[in-house]
Amino acid sequence: MGTHNINFSEQFEFTGKVKTLSIVGIILGVAAVGYGFFAGDKIMHERTFANLLLMAYYFACVCMSGTFFLAVQYVAQAGWSASILRVPQAMAKTLPIAAVILVVVISAGLYTHNLYHHWHADGLTDPNSPNYDSLIAGKSVFLNVPFFLGRQVVFLGIYSIFSIMFVKFSYNEDLAGGLNSYRKSFKNACIFLVIYGFTTPIFAFDTVMSLEAHWFSTMFGWYNFAAMWVSSLATIAIILILLRRAGYMQWVNNSHLHNLGQFIFGFSIFWTYVWFAQFLLIYYANMPEETVYFYKRFEYYKFWFFLNLAMNFLAPVLLLMDRDNKRTDAKLLFVSIVVLLGHWVDYYQMIMPGAVEEGHNGFGIIEIGTAIGFVGLFTFTVLTSLSKKPLIAKNHPLLQESLHHQL
Amino acid sequence: MSDIKYILGSFGDPDEMMHGIEKLQENNISIHDVYTPMPIHGIEAKLGIKRSRIDIAAFCFGITGTCCAFALIYFCAVIDWRVNIGGKPSFALPDFIPIMFELTVLFCAFGMVLTYYASTHLFPGRAPRVMDLRATDDRFVIAVDAKDNVEHSVIDGLLKDAGALEIKYNERKYISYE
Repeated sequence: MGTHNINFSEQFEFTGKVKTLSIVGIILGVAAVGYGFFAGDKIMHERTFANLLLMAYYFACVCMSGTFFLAVQYVAQAGWSASILRVPQAMAKTLPIAAVILVVVISAGLYTHNLYHHWHADGLTDPNSPNYDSLIAGKSVFLNVPFFLGRQVVFLGIYSIFSIMFVKFSYNEDLAGGLNSYRKSFKNACIFLVIYGFTTPIFAFDTVMSLEAHWFSTMFGWYNFAAMWVSSLATIAIILILLRRAGYMQWVNNSHLHNLGQFIFGFSIFWTYVWFAQFLLIYYANMPEETVYFYKRFEYYKFWFFLNLAMNFLAPVLLLMDRDNKRTDAKLLFVSIVVLLGHWVDYYQMIMPGAVEEGHNGFGIIEIGTAIGFVGLFTFTVLTSLSKKPLIAKNHPLLQESLHHQL
Repeated sequence: MSDIKYILGSFGDPDEMMHGIEKLQENNISIHDVYTPMPIHGIEAKLGIKRSRIDIAAFCFGITGTCCAFALIYFCAVIDWRVNIGGKPSFALPDFIPIMFELTVLFCAFGMVLTYYASTHLFPGRAPRVMDLRATDDRFVIAVDAKDNVEHSVIDGLLKDAGALEIKYNERKYISYE
């Protein structure tokens, strides 16, 4: 397709079946969460909160990795992605909503003692109390409620501010043209990447690792970073492919998909690398305070443990190794969906053993319903923000390179 | 005339050279090969060059490395000399994986270098084989097999029309600049 017949003001219309389905998804999610809260006992509440945390974390991670994608493209001065930037921008624009939901879920869980009760309970840090836990007391300088919530708010706030800034620069660029917005994006992307690189591991330690506060792993932050980055790439690929099938963004060609496919392939292997690095050291050193993490997962979550590896490592490696598979939208779509579901499994076996008592975990209405609810919410919010502006950043300085992208 | 093996059209501009390729193809003149100092997008498709099979070679080299590593560690650690390390079984697969991974990469990298040398005749100590030296510098060269395409004046004319700066007749396939 030549560049002369591109409609630079093409806009996505968010109507019809997609809108109805996403709203139905949200309603199903609310119903499932309501079922968890009203029909169940204390254990059911914990499980519901664990699911809410899982999906809110997943939602926030996918959105903030959209911002990370933008920043990486600006810092690398990448040309290939210039014409698809509106999709990660829509995700970045959703981050403030996702951040608020995550903070609400975390604080609600914290104050009702349904989440993080491992380090947040009465008497844990009091030497005279029967509940006294010397390990938790030692960590209480870092793991105390005000500092914990403060970190969450500050980190998510910083990510949200940068997200809004990148999106605004791009919209200004549409109106004014010129290189000013691009230069500003570049400068802020450099700052953002430094902040992001240092804070995401701490964010992951806080949100997920502190569910089992006795255990720690320094690899955990990068392991989570890899998971959120690859799931975000898969999301971008899915949105692009579905938009293209719906008749939008016809300038996106197989080479753009090929690039995304390479990213998904490469970062799935990176995820496996980090996962394995964490596993191998714990396996090899064989120290009880570390092996307890994998002991739980291997004893009570064996199926999920192996399913995780199959979906996040074997599927992308085997299915995306071939060049043609990365360029065929049906196959890339399939692998992206597998990877996205796979990282749900990944987060599931990160969060559940720490948040829910052994033997009370499960996979049922609450899990599926909450997941559907958040998928509906993600679809609704992201597509709403996508429909607000044209689908192409028409004054991006590297746009022509992207439109003629060929691999 | 019969000594001429290859006719070389030397272009100063890649677009003119692409135009020259089209002209020759329109007149059913088969092109032996095209030499350019830089990669040009879309030229493989235009010349109908088949996709490189180097990825298949890479996979084969890689899997050889994996198997070699596994065989070596298995022989050493399980069959020949069992050592008790931290009470682990001798056949502790997770311990094997880093070495298997590294040897996969090593075999793959060396294998690819060798494949590249073999397919481009670039072995150390061997004189490089070049049809036109300036194709390594600033010229875009179309080579036409003179034995297969007899009407040399037609070829000359087409290349000149397309904008060739120079037409050369090679009596040997490659010139050596040793």
